[in-house]
Amino acid sequence: MCILDLVGHTPLIRLPKLAAALPGITLLAKAEFLNPSGSVKDRAAKAMILEGIQSGRLTPDKTVIDATSGNTGIAYAMLGAALGLRVVIYMPANASRERKRIIRNYGARIVDTDPMEGSDGAFRAVRAAVAADPDRYFYPDQYNNPINPQTHYETTGREIWEQTGGAVTHFITGTGTSGTFMGVSRRLKEENPALRAIAVQPDSPFHGIEGTKHMASTIKPGIWDETRPDGLVTVSTEEAYAAARLLARSEGVFAGISSGGNVAAALKLAGTLSAGAVVVTVLCDSGARYLSDPFWEDEPCCE
Amino acid sequence: MAVTLFIPAALRPFADNKAAVILPAKTAGEAVAALAAAYPDIQQHLYEPGGALRSFVNLFVGDTNIKNADGLNTPVPDGGEVTLVPAIAGGCL
Repeated sequence: MCILDLVGHTPLIRLPKLAAALPGITLLAKAEFLNPSGSVKDRAAKAMILEGIQSGRLTPDKTVIDATSGNTGIAYAMLGAALGLRVVIYMPANASRERKRIIRNYGARIVDTDPMEGSDGAFRAVRAAVAADPDRYFYPDQYNNPINPQTHYETTGREIWEQTGGAVTHFITGTGTSGTFMGVSRRLKEENPALRAIAVQPDSPFHGIEGTKHMASTIKPGIWDETRPDGLVTVSTEEAYAAARLLARSEGVFAGISSGGNVAAALKLAGTLSAGAVVVTVLCDSGARYLSDPFWEDEPCCE
Repeated sequence: MAVTLFIPAALRPFADNKAAVILPAKTAGEAVAALAAAYPDIQQHLYEPGGALRSFVNLFVGDTNIKNADGLNTPVPDGGEVTLVPAIAGGCL
């Protein structure tokens, strides 16, 4: 077994205390922070890299290049180290120090992009670099690569269906590249056409929910189909922060900000549902990845 | 006292698509307040309903995050620069 074999097959955990005020509702979360590089992004990164190798487009002389706000970059960097590939990651300069240190310690290189331009700026910078020297790079392009949602269809979606014994009634998660949402929702709707798939979006184009996109105001990923969601739940950054803290204190789950956003949205959704509903969401990464963020310090310490 | 406030791409649609504006201010807080006064649609994205700056909003005076200085009272010299960025995972400029 090698590190790549540990990608996926994550547990689906119950959040009973958070669901206690919702009688008859089951709230479940896919613990994607248990992937080997620490996030859900291991799945798509692994699939896109392996497809590149198998198709012959990714050869040892190429450098893997992509834009990311962090987690996909960490996943590429892990894969690069394990497979002996050069990796360069374009990310906004204001991404956290933890992320940059992890990427560099896997041996990958980082190119800082204009923090004022956000993830779209990193995306444009990568496209310009690839256009200038196309033979030098293997560019998975996580925002437009159909293998991204396909791997969630084949793995994450199948796992959720099997782990719930087919009982899942609602799937809800945030959208960044939208790969998780698109792949999982397609799989679950094929298994049960009555399943409702709900997308989570930040309440503002200016937000602090790492890894999610405010689709109305940013470059839309090519893999995103805005007709797929059966509904949309918006969350504020403050709600995401509060839910991340609640997860830690009430469930013992130390998850990141986008996980908090997903759980906050799942609780909003669950509050509208009838008894018997089984709601599944995603815990994208660990809260440990945000330790430099002051939001963990906002609450008074419990002595 | 005039300072230049740089606006991130995500907020430019609420500020006539400007990347920077010159505003009268002596502190970081006054600069953001002047921005919100000039472009009222931007207010809800920067301030909580109670009037406090939203916790994920990072303000830099030059290269200094005001959270490491005097907060909204951090002075800005005449002709100085204030940069408004979202805290993506606690990052810094």
